[in-house]
Amino acid sequence: MGITVRNVSKRFGEFVALDEVSLEIPNGSLTALLGPSGSGKSTLLRVIAGLEEPDAGEVVISGEDKTRTPPQRRGVGFVFQHYAAFKHMTVWENVAFGLEIRKRPKEQIRKRVGELLELVQLAGFAHRYPAQLSGGQRQRMALARALAIEPEVLLLDEPFGALDATVRKELRSWLRRLHEEMPVTTVLVTHDQEEAMEVANEIVVMNHARVEQVGTPEEIYESPASEFVMSFVGPVTRMRDALIRPHDVEILLDGDDSTVPAAVDGVLHLGFEVRVHLRLSGGEDLWAQIPRRTARELDLKPGDRVHVRASRSRTFA
Amino acid sequence: MSGGMLGRGVAITYLSLVVLIPLAAVAWASGEGGPGEFWSAVTTPEALSALRLTFGAALAVVAINAAMGTLIAWVLVRDSFRGRGLVNSIIDLPFALPTIVASLTLLVLYGPGSPVGIDVAYSPVAVVVALLFVTLPFVVRAVQPVLMELDTDMEEAAASLGAGRFTIFRRIILPNLAPAIFSGAGLSFARSIGEFGAVVLVTGNIPFETQVASVYIFGRIEGGDIPAAAAVSVVLLAFSLLALVGMNVLQGRWLRHEG
Ligand SMILES: Nc1ncnc2c1ncn2[C@@H]1O[C@H](COP(=O)(O)OP(=O)(O)OP(=O)(O)O)[C@@H](O)[C@H]1O
Ligand SMILES: [Mg+2]
Repeated sequence: MGITVRNVSKRFGEFVALDEVSLEIPNGSLTALLGPSGSGKSTLLRVIAGLEEPDAGEVVISGEDKTRTPPQRRGVGFVFQHYAAFKHMTVWENVAFGLEIRKRPKEQIRKRVGELLELVQLAGFAHRYPAQLSGGQRQRMALARALAIEPEVLLLDEPFGALDATVRKELRSWLRRLHEEMPVTTVLVTHDQEEAMEVANEIVVMNHARVEQVGTPEEIYESPASEFVMSFVGPVTRMRDALIRPHDVEILLDGDDSTVPAAVDGVLHLGFEVRVHLRLSGGEDLWAQIPRRTARELDLKPGDRVHVRASRSRTFA
Repeated sequence: MSGGMLGRGVAITYLSLVVLIPLAAVAWASGEGGPGEFWSAVTTPEALSALRLTFGAALAVVAINAAMGTLIAWVLVRDSFRGRGLVNSIIDLPFALPTIVASLTLLVLYGPGSPVGIDVAYSPVAVVVALLFVTLPFVVRAVQPVLMELDTDMEEAAASLGAGRFTIFRRIILPNLAPAIFSGAGLSFARSIGEFGAVVLVTGNIPFETQVASVYIFGRIEGGDIPAAAAVSVVLLAFSLLALVGMNVLQGRWLRHEG
């Protein structure tokens, strides 16, 4: 059940946008497709929705092969980054659109649209046009419109990408709550690792038209499968051949045989944490992120000689 | 006096000199003999016939242009084919060509001895064909930029909600193009009811048959009957204004829900 993508490839001319992508998205999950710009996230989402036809491979939704099914008959709700609001229709008409296409009875449409507007907190805005809404309201309208057809899967392409940071944060937690109330299989595209970690219970990391890793936010963060994943999902610094998270760099005043001598290059106060730039004896740079209290105890100043140790680090072939 | 007011003053004076005063003069000339004379001048059988032909042909032209102009704009924007750039530049030809040349071309092409075997010269059909030729660019050029700006997201959203191609066209694309179609159609109408050069050769100007209002006016002036010419002119003027005002009102209503 859920969504299965099997060996899907897609080229645009010579350019390979998806390279034999396989993916299993469990029923009822909220999955984030995470990856840098151009990695093929939107293309994969559009292939699942039927808006783009793959050159090879198959797409199975709820156990049915939908590879050749047009978007109209996939039962997929799609939310676009730039809302794709029907600008000549009111909020009400936008949300009712899919139901009218399905020729549902008037009374049923009225009831369902009312409920959906309630759900996305737009009940008072039914008769406004999209141009009279804020970005966040427009996006909630787009979500209600996609949910109206009771889709088997909900696909969101960077739904909060065009919104400012505060509204983004609000909508993220709202989306999480919504998904708990109404567990439709949902795939959310984002290039923001924090957003993926915060919203999704499963993350698919993409890079260069391929899937790099699939896992829970914790798995992805704690045991990244590649150097790319490790550096994409959080800050990294390098110590010799190993990659290390800056908050796994320990700074000590006295060395032992597990430490490496280093010199303090600079100290930056970031509020809650302090970033320390260091230079190893071999001349390599590295940085550490340490709690404010630890920083105060160490009382570091540029030029100080210290010793560093990686409490956890990883080496990739 | 602020710069804004100066600008406005100059603009209004200029418009008055170029547009309003001549129009007022025509209106005044038409009313010289009083309303009774005005009415009888525009209701002579010959004048009525010319007006009827003019408006009938203009309405036919508007309907055809609205449909074909939209179709041409669609093909130019959404299709890619060899020679699209060439077709695109040909669209403006009717504007660039002196209308009398257009009329001559049409006469050669669709007149007696037509190389394509179509002889419609000296018939009401010739009026419509000539008007279609000179008004071709209006709807195409009004719709084209709107269609280019229309992002396909809306259409894809409609498709994922279950709408088929025809429904998408009718419920998503057409409503977004409608203001542009109306605007192009309004201009075609205004241009059609006043066109002289393009129709004068190919129609033969047979009274009660192929004589349009502008040619009728020309005939009255030649015959020295200025008040009659002015009276019919005022009727054309009034309808042109009505078309343009109606167009603006409709557009204003549409633009209100645009962002
Ligand atoms: N219709 C198209 N024609 C040609 N190339 C395309 C088309 N759609 C996408 N591409 C290319 O495919 C690659 C992947 O695009 P895609 O939109 O899937 O990336 P993305 O991961 O969603 O990136 P972003 O985060 O910037 O949205 C890009 O390099 C893009 O230029
Ligand atoms: Mg994208």
